[in-house]
Amino acid sequence: MSTDFSQDFFALFGLTPNFHLDPLALETAYHDLQTRVHPDKFAHLPDADKRVSMQWATRINEAYRTLKSPLARAQYLLHLRGVDTATESNTTMPSEFLIEQMEWREAVDEARVAEDADELEKLLLRLKHQYAAAIEEIERDLDKSHDYPAAAAAVRRLMFVEKLQHDLLDAIESLES
Amino acid sequence: MAYSEKVLDHYENPRNVGAFDKDDQTVGTGMVGAPACGDVMKLQIKVGADGRIEDAKFKTYGCGSAIASSSLVTEWVKGKTLDQALEIKNTNIAEELALPPVKIHCSILAEDAIKAAVTDYKKKHDHPAGSSENAAAATAQA
Repeated sequence: MSTDFSQDFFALFGLTPNFHLDPLALETAYHDLQTRVHPDKFAHLPDADKRVSMQWATRINEAYRTLKSPLARAQYLLHLRGVDTATESNTTMPSEFLIEQMEWREAVDEARVAEDADELEKLLLRLKHQYAAAIEEIERDLDKSHDYPAAAAAVRRLMFVEKLQHDLLDAIESLES
Repeated sequence: MAYSEKVLDHYENPRNVGAFDKDDQTVGTGMVGAPACGDVMKLQIKVGADGRIEDAKFKTYGCGSAIASSSLVTEWVKGKTLDQALEIKNTNIAEELALPPVKIHCSILAEDAIKAAVTDYKKKHDHPAGSSENAAAATAQA
């Protein structure tokens, strides 16, 4: 392969380094690359070449997973732009946001305890709107205004939304079983 | 992952769960969140006339370590002055609960929650026209 390991994930797939991404273009580029580095093609070659093909396959999978998830893609783009999203150390979220998060958790807890499947579904629908709004904001910050600190803050908020969504789906699933 | 006995004890019998009225002038409220795990923590302190923390309450949505960390610090801050409460470090919490490295952020969250609660209390009393005790609190902050 002519490409080198220091390329970023977007360059690896021949994609523009934007948050906005055509899912089909990513799928096509991924399958194309995957075919090119498939271990079967290297079976007759020396071990050193086989190892390199394995390393490529691993890197391609990692790149695909990173770019496919909006959250991981946003974090990766910020990393490329030299911005630390500080998801481990930044605990000072805007207080209105945290109060809202508390209320969300309480609502989910109450509906779970009451085994109110309708309420859980309603909450999930509301949360999906929040998720979409966060994604829109990240796209604006990253691709249009290039306001990276704002994008990092939106990424941190999106992490809470994803966690909530996960908990909600868990609660719904446990009621169905 | 295996939790230490102390974490399990606080997790199963959390101390001081609940809330005070956040508009009460003797109450300081700290709200913090950890994006990496989506934990949300609210910690409140109630300060007595002598300037010592007489009671504390918390509400945490998070993993066992986050609940144990907040439960532990509500115990620790009682009887302390605001300045003493600010001396509590996440390393003290992590050590007491024997938290593994991946759960250190839970203890950081608890330390930041106390700081936020103390800051909120001081902000409420940061008025030049306040009582002498309030003025002292304002000076201490400045």
